[in-house]
Amino acid sequence: MQYQSQKVAIPYFVGAIVLFVAQILFGLIMGLQYVMGDFLFPEIPFNVARMVHTNALIVWLLMGFMGAAYYLVPEEAETELHSPFLAKLMFWVFFAAAGLTVAGYLLVPYSTLADITGNELLPTMGREFLEQPTITKIGIVVVALAFLYNLGMTILRGRKTAINLVLMIGLVGLAVLFLFSFYNPTNLVLDKFFWWWVVHLWVEGVWELILGSILAFVLIKVTGVDREIIEKWLYIIIAMAFISGIIGTGHHFFWIGTPEYWQWWGSIFSALEPIPFFMMTIFAFSMVKQRRRNHPNRVATLWALGASVMAFLGAGVWGFMHTLSPVNYYTHGSQLTAAHGHMAFYGAYVMIVLTIISYAMPLLRGRTAANSERQQTLEIWSFWLMTIAMTLITLFLTAAGILQVWLQRVLDSPLPFMAAQDQLTVFYWMREFAGVMFLIGLLLYIASFFVGDKEPEASVKTIA
Amino acid sequence: MSEAFTKSMARNIFYGGAFFFLLLFLALTFDTINALPKLDNRAALESPVGPQIAKGKHLWEVNNCIGCHTLLGEGAYFAPELGNVYKRYGSNLDAVKGRIKGLISLPAEGIPMRRMPRFKFTDEEIAALAEFLKYASEINTSGWPPNDQG
Repeated sequence: MQYQSQKVAIPYFVGAIVLFVAQILFGLIMGLQYVMGDFLFPEIPFNVARMVHTNALIVWLLMGFMGAAYYLVPEEAETELHSPFLAKLMFWVFFAAAGLTVAGYLLVPYSTLADITGNELLPTMGREFLEQPTITKIGIVVVALAFLYNLGMTILRGRKTAINLVLMIGLVGLAVLFLFSFYNPTNLVLDKFFWWWVVHLWVEGVWELILGSILAFVLIKVTGVDREIIEKWLYIIIAMAFISGIIGTGHHFFWIGTPEYWQWWGSIFSALEPIPFFMMTIFAFSMVKQRRRNHPNRVATLWALGASVMAFLGAGVWGFMHTLSPVNYYTHGSQLTAAHGHMAFYGAYVMIVLTIISYAMPLLRGRTAANSERQQTLEIWSFWLMTIAMTLITLFLTAAGILQVWLQRVLDSPLPFMAAQDQLTVFYWMREFAGVMFLIGLLLYIASFFVGDKEPEASVKTIA
Repeated sequence: MSEAFTKSMARNIFYGGAFFFLLLFLALTFDTINALPKLDNRAALESPVGPQIAKGKHLWEVNNCIGCHTLLGEGAYFAPELGNVYKRYGSNLDAVKGRIKGLISLPAEGIPMRRMPRFKFTDEEIAALAEFLKYASEINTSGWPPNDQG
C-alpha cells in the first residue's frame, strides 16, 4: 500500500463479506424450501428469502467493486484519493441503506414496504433483482454519483493508466445503465425490454470492464509482467466483451414479445460471448507463466487464475449451452438458467472481488506483501471448498434442469410444473448439501483473516 | 501476443468496436420499438379493461409475485410460469380467479408443500390480476412456451 487514503477500501471489503454471509445463509434457506416447501412458512416465504439472496449478492459485489476502486485508483493514479471522508461517509450511507432494505424485506410484507416507502409516487419495485424500494434506488444513485466524483477527481489529478480508464468506463456505465431501473411502463414488453438494459448490460457488459481491470491490476502486481503487455490484453478482452455482449443482449429478446429477428442476432452474438472469457483464461495463465517475480501472496494468484477459469466455465460454457434460440425455446426459465447464473456470478464476480480482497487486505492491514503461511493455507482450503461446492451446485442444478425440461416441455404428455418438480427432489437435496459445503468454505475464508494473523509473513523463500 | 500488435491498436479496436456495436444496438432498438405495436398486445392496454390491467400489473409488482413465479420465462423457478396461465385454465377468467382465491385461502399451518402466501386480495384485486395475466398471455411470444404447462 503506497497511499494512506487507500485504507478507505477496508470498510467496503468488510461490508461486502458481511453481506456475502447473509447471501449464503438465505441461499441455504431457499435450497431447503425447494425440498421442504413450508420450511419457515409463513415467516420467511420463498420470495422474501430470494430477494435477500439476490439483492445481498448485488450489493456486496457493488461494495467489492467500490472497495477495489478505492484501493487501486489512487495507486494507479499515483496520488491520494480526492476525498477519503466522502468515501467513508458513502460507505455508511450505502451500508445503512442495504441494512434497512433487508430489514424491510424481512419485517413487513412486501406490499407494506411498498406503501411506507412511497412506491406509489414512482413505482419501480417488484421486478426481479430491482426489488429495492424506490428510495433505496435513489440512495444507490446518490452513492454512485459521489463515488464517481471522488474517483474522477483523483484520476484527473494523477497519472492516467489504461486500467484506471477502463475501470472508470465500466463504473460510469454501471451508474448510467442503472437509471433504466426507474423506467417501469404498464406495457409488459417495454418493461422487460429495458429491464434487460440494466441486468444484461451490467453483467454481460460494463461489469466485464470492471472485472478485466481488477484482474489486470492484480496480475501486474503479482507477476511483475510489463504493464504494456497486460494493458494490451485488457483492451482486446474488453473489446471482445462489447463486440459480442452488446448485441448479445438479444438472447433475452427471444420470447418476450419482441420481433423474431432477435433470435438470429441474439443467437449469433451471444455465441461469441465465451470468447472474451476464454481470452481472460489464456491471459491470466500466460501472465503467470511469464512472471518476472514470485510473489509471496500465492493465494491471491490462485484466486486470479481461478476467477479466469470459473468465469469461462460459468459465463462462457454454461451460458453457451442454452443461448441458441432453438435450444433456449426448451430451456428458457428452467433450472438450467439457475445453474448458469450460479456459476457465472461466482466465477466472474464473486471470485474477482475475493481476488482483490486477497491481494489488498494483507497490505491494508499492515503487511508488506502477504499474509502468514497459516493464513494462506487456510484461504487456499476455502478457495477449493467454495469452488468445488459451486461446481457441484451447478452440476446438480444442470441435472435437475435437463430432467425438468424433459418432463415438462418435451414429453408428448408433459407434466404440470409441480408434478415435474416432485421428480427433481434428489437433485435439490444434493444441491443443498453442496450449499452447506460452500458455507463451510466461506467460514474458513473468514477464519483466514484471524487464524495465524500474528504469525510472520510468508516469504518467497518459504513457498519455493 | 506478437510485438507488431500494439496497445494502441488494441485500444482502437475497443473504442471502434464498442462504438459501432452500440450504434447497431440502438438502431435495432429503434426498429423494435416501431415493430412492437403489432406484437405486444397494446390493444388490450388501450381497451376499456386497460386500467384494470394496469392495476393488475401494479399488484403483481407490489406483492413480488416474480419472487416465486416466472412471467414469460423470467423470474424465480419455484412456482409455475404465469405468462400462459390464462390459456392453461382454458382461457377462462373465472377459472383463473377461482384458482388464485383458492391458493391464498389455504390454512397457514399443516400443509407440507410449496405454498402461496396468504395475500389479502379483494375480489376486485383478484379480477385485476386475472385481467393482467390474460393480457400477458396474449402477447406474441413467438410460440413460447412449448406447451400449456409453461
